[in-house]
Amino acid sequence: MKARDLAELAARNLREALLRNALTTLGIAVGVASLVAMLSLGVGLQELASKRLARSGLFDSILVSSKQNLRGFGRAARKAEPATEEARALDETARQEIARLPNVAEVYPEIRFASELRYAGKSHFALVAGLPPSARMRDAFEGMKGTFFSAPEAEEDILQVEFARELNSEPGALLGQELLLHYAERHPLPPTTSAKSSAHDADPGTNTGLGFSVMPREKKLRIVGIVETQPGAGPAGFGSGRVFVPLQLAQSLKVVQGPDFNEIVRTSSSPGGATKYLSLTVRVSNPQQVPAVEEAVKKMGFAAFSLLDATRNLRRFFAILDLFLGIFGSLALAVASLGIINTLVMAILERRREIGILKALGAGDRDIRQLFFAEAGAMGLAGGALGVALGWGLGRVINFGTNLYLRRQDLPGEDIWSVPWWLVGAAVGFAVVVSLVSGIYPAARAARLDPVQALRYE
Amino acid sequence: MANTDGAAIRTERVSRHYPMGTTLIRAVDEVTLMVRAGEFLALLGSSGSGKSTLLNLIAGLDRPTSGAIFAHARDLARMNPQELAQHRSRTVGMVFQAFNLLPRMTLEENVELPLRLAEVPRSERAGRVREALERVRLGARLTHRPGELSGGEQQRAALARALVNRPNILLADEPTGNLDSRTGEEILRLLSEVNQTLGMTLVMVTHERTLAERFAHRIVFLSDGRLVEKEEPR
Ligand SMILES: Nc1ncnc2c1ncn2[C@@H]1O[C@H](COP(=O)(O)OP(=O)(O)OP(=O)(O)O)[C@@H](O)[C@H]1O
Ligand SMILES: [Mg+2]
Repeated sequence: MKARDLAELAARNLREALLRNALTTLGIAVGVASLVAMLSLGVGLQELASKRLARSGLFDSILVSSKQNLRGFGRAARKAEPATEEARALDETARQEIARLPNVAEVYPEIRFASELRYAGKSHFALVAGLPPSARMRDAFEGMKGTFFSAPEAEEDILQVEFARELNSEPGALLGQELLLHYAERHPLPPTTSAKSSAHDADPGTNTGLGFSVMPREKKLRIVGIVETQPGAGPAGFGSGRVFVPLQLAQSLKVVQGPDFNEIVRTSSSPGGATKYLSLTVRVSNPQQVPAVEEAVKKMGFAAFSLLDATRNLRRFFAILDLFLGIFGSLALAVASLGIINTLVMAILERRREIGILKALGAGDRDIRQLFFAEAGAMGLAGGALGVALGWGLGRVINFGTNLYLRRQDLPGEDIWSVPWWLVGAAVGFAVVVSLVSGIYPAARAARLDPVQALRYE
Repeated sequence: MANTDGAAIRTERVSRHYPMGTTLIRAVDEVTLMVRAGEFLALLGSSGSGKSTLLNLIAGLDRPTSGAIFAHARDLARMNPQELAQHRSRTVGMVFQAFNLLPRMTLEENVELPLRLAEVPRSERAGRVREALERVRLGARLTHRPGELSGGEQQRAALARALVNRPNILLADEPTGNLDSRTGEEILRLLSEVNQTLGMTLVMVTHERTLAERFAHRIVFLSDGRLVEKEEPR
């Protein structure tokens, strides 16, 4: 029989026992819906967790520092291999070299300094930290008051809420206000000055005779945002500060930082001109690439540090979770497949005579088998499509409920539900396959039916 | 398509036995029979004599326990199931006592069924369905369902369905069994007309000897599965 005739006859048979076939189809739909619901939950949770981990900035970053910095002063004289003796300086050249490594998304220095901030005529002291533009993706900035920096070098700042309360009991009122930043600008000395000879008789109280001189400066900054938590900036970024400014702006200020003083007492320090970084944070495009990049950085002669990739364990966890959710979801589908078998076996009993007539009119065993398969497949297809829709709707409802709950708890809403296209296709395909498998026995039985017996039967 | 010896159907010592516990029921027992092409043969016999069984063997709905059945020189016993289905589809048409129309289909759809199974192109179907139904004078009842028809009309529709694939052989198993005598006669007249105008070989099982004598070319008798010369006196 031609496919179209087969489809027409199958459709006709399905319509004839409409209630029973509709209920069977609904059974498949419920099975598929439960499978889709379970797997979407798994996928959604996985996406959520990966997104959160990615936003934490913990697992895609490597902290790079010079080996010079790691070595204590006292141990400087310790016998070491020549390579470490010639420890590379973490300067702009090194930064650009690291930035060129494959899979490196960005490399930025850590800039942090203590400073005096004036607001409404009063002085406050706080650690000021520079934030790279990519930090806006971090979860700390989700639900912040105000906005992130408008430009990478904007003269703006974001306050940590505790500090903001010090300035004004109503932190929201601070947005758009100006804050005056006092800081010490570092000025390199002309190279004629010998840092070597003056190291010991230097008076730390003055700005002369060292590797650099210091100039007091001030800068007006507009408060654009207030954050609840302190945004971490890579592994080194915990508790990074209470006032945040754009990183590029912070760099341009040339503020004297803690490690600058190390240079004063270190004999091997380079001529004062080159900027040296205390540390660099390397952001890798994908957490999986962290070990390779870390290795490459170490080969360049720097110390590198990263947190163990937690996403790998996470993926394993979710693979197992998805498996279990899938098994539970499939249970309902297994029950539905029994429904198909039952319905089709019932149909054979009911259509005994009809099958006999079809055979008498020239139907082969194959025609009868295909007819039953077509009916099973059609129920599977319809049930699968309906089930995906049902599962999707169920997911929306659960998502809605979760968000309602989260909002009650004053937490930002989350999508814990995700129905990717592959899941839609796979669910419908799976439903059809399960239905066809369920149809094997009834179809074989119908095809085997003896037409003489069937026609005799009344 | 006729054979050299002019036989449309030839059976050679064909038997169909049913084992029932320790005994063997010989529903058809070593029947050797020849039906010429274009012949109208009536098959008579008492109930349980094996008439339907023999007809089903010729139709290819059942397989013989032993012996050979030739339909236009092709041995049905040697056909595989698919070839046998082809034989039922193309070579023979069947009419039953119980009409066996599908009750939820219209007459048109019932008559189209053999065309679907024989994979006749869609474009030809409507014309052939109409032609077949007009031949049995049901051209005006295309969209009616079997339940809306009288018994005689249902049997005519079943005849149209048996003819629609233009088979060489028409097999009728007590076509008048469920009809009153006037309607039965009408059906027989129609069968006879088909036999004559289309030259179709016709084997009809019947209980009604008078009708058989009026319309059939030849009458054979079955008794306990065996062919006998004369009907046994009952
Ligand atoms: N499947 C079967 N198993 C056992 N015996 C069977 C089977 N089918 C038919 N028979 C027997 O074979 C014999 C012939 O049956 P068949 O139906 O051919 O008779 P018939 O001549 O058509 O009778 P009727 O005029 O009542 O239709 C009967 O005795 C019947 O009981
Ligand atoms: Mg009979």
